[in-house]
Amino acid sequence: MDDLSLHVLDIIENAVAAGATNIEVRITDDEEQNLFMIEIADDGRGMDKEALKKAIDPFYTTKTVRKVGLGLSMLAQAANEAGGKFEVQSQPGRGTKIHARFMHDHIDRKPLGDMAETITAFIAGNGEKVDLTYHHRRGDQEFFFYTAEIKQVLEEITICHPEVISFIKREIRDGVKSISKRSKI
Amino acid sequence: MKKLKIGDLAKIRDKVRKTAVLRQGKARAKITVHMGTCGIAAGARDILSGLLEDIKSKKLSDVIVTTSGCAGLCSREPMATVEITGKPPVKYVDLTTEKMKKILSQHVIKGNIVNEYALAIGSERTH
Ligand SMILES: Nc1ncnc2c1ncn2[C@@H]1O[C@H](COP(=O)(O)OP(=O)(O)OP(=O)(O)O)[C@@H](O)[C@H]1O
Ligand code: FES
Ligand SMILES: [Mg+2]
Repeated sequence: MDDLSLHVLDIIENAVAAGATNIEVRITDDEEQNLFMIEIADDGRGMDKEALKKAIDPFYTTKTVRKVGLGLSMLAQAANEAGGKFEVQSQPGRGTKIHARFMHDHIDRKPLGDMAETITAFIAGNGEKVDLTYHHRRGDQEFFFYTAEIKQVLEEITICHPEVISFIKREIRDGVKSISKRSKI
Repeated sequence: MKKLKIGDLAKIRDKVRKTAVLRQGKARAKITVHMGTCGIAAGARDILSGLLEDIKSKKLSDVIVTTSGCAGLCSREPMATVEITGKPPVKYVDLTTEKMKKILSQHVIKGNIVNEYALAIGSERTH
């Protein structure tokens, strides 16, 4: 994976496979604390202790079409290579929470990439069944995005419609850009 | 903090409402882009994004786009499956945005399978 936004898409696809209907993505970009963090929480079926232990082993998967599962172990590796830490918390029936921390200034920290593309790709495929919230903090500035808010305005029109997807992409691009400027003190 | 442009979204809703036949029952074609880990690593996100753009600019209201998980054929990702109502599904492999464009205009719109990009029947393997 070239950038972290692709990892995020992969991890939230796992949540859908686990039957999640609500997913929360949090990005923390804090240069002052030398911290870059991705947190993803879902309300899917979760994992028991044993499954959790195996989950970040690349040779473990509950998939039947292929014998290796790479998603989690690839993100774990990306975090470890960038002086960070990777953790998964999960409980059967209570969902799963993934934390990936990176040293912000580490030379091997992958760039975030395009979150607007990741969120819209996710919505185009899963937006009708799954609600997603996206929270992005950069320094002391924040951006929030909720699919539930979009759906409320759309009434019976699907959130997966290409016109809507295009709108959401612009919204997220603008939102992420709005927190990229240095705040005035 | 940036606020959602609700007015703009409501306008899109009203516009879509006038033209929408985009419901499962009425769709003439369905395109599924595979979003497994290898698919994503190989560029599936851009394939999907380009496809949606193309459908939007061509104003196709009877084509549904969706995603699925791993298709079990890592080395041939990115992949997409095209289903035209009443016809057997066709799997396309080793996609690029350009190939996807051609598949949309040749297969989805005109009904001619793009054989050179399609997975040869019988060559499918599950690992
Ligand atoms: N959010 C989640 N909720 C419940 N179980 C999960 C979740 N994420 C991962 N798992 C479990 O951990 C296993 C390993 O996940 P991982 O993403 O590494 O591989 P995979 O999804 O099986 O395959 P790949 O990602 O390579 O397509 C999964 O098969 C699944 O059983
Ligand atoms: S993601 Fe690799 S074969 Fe499905
Ligand atoms: Mg996975």
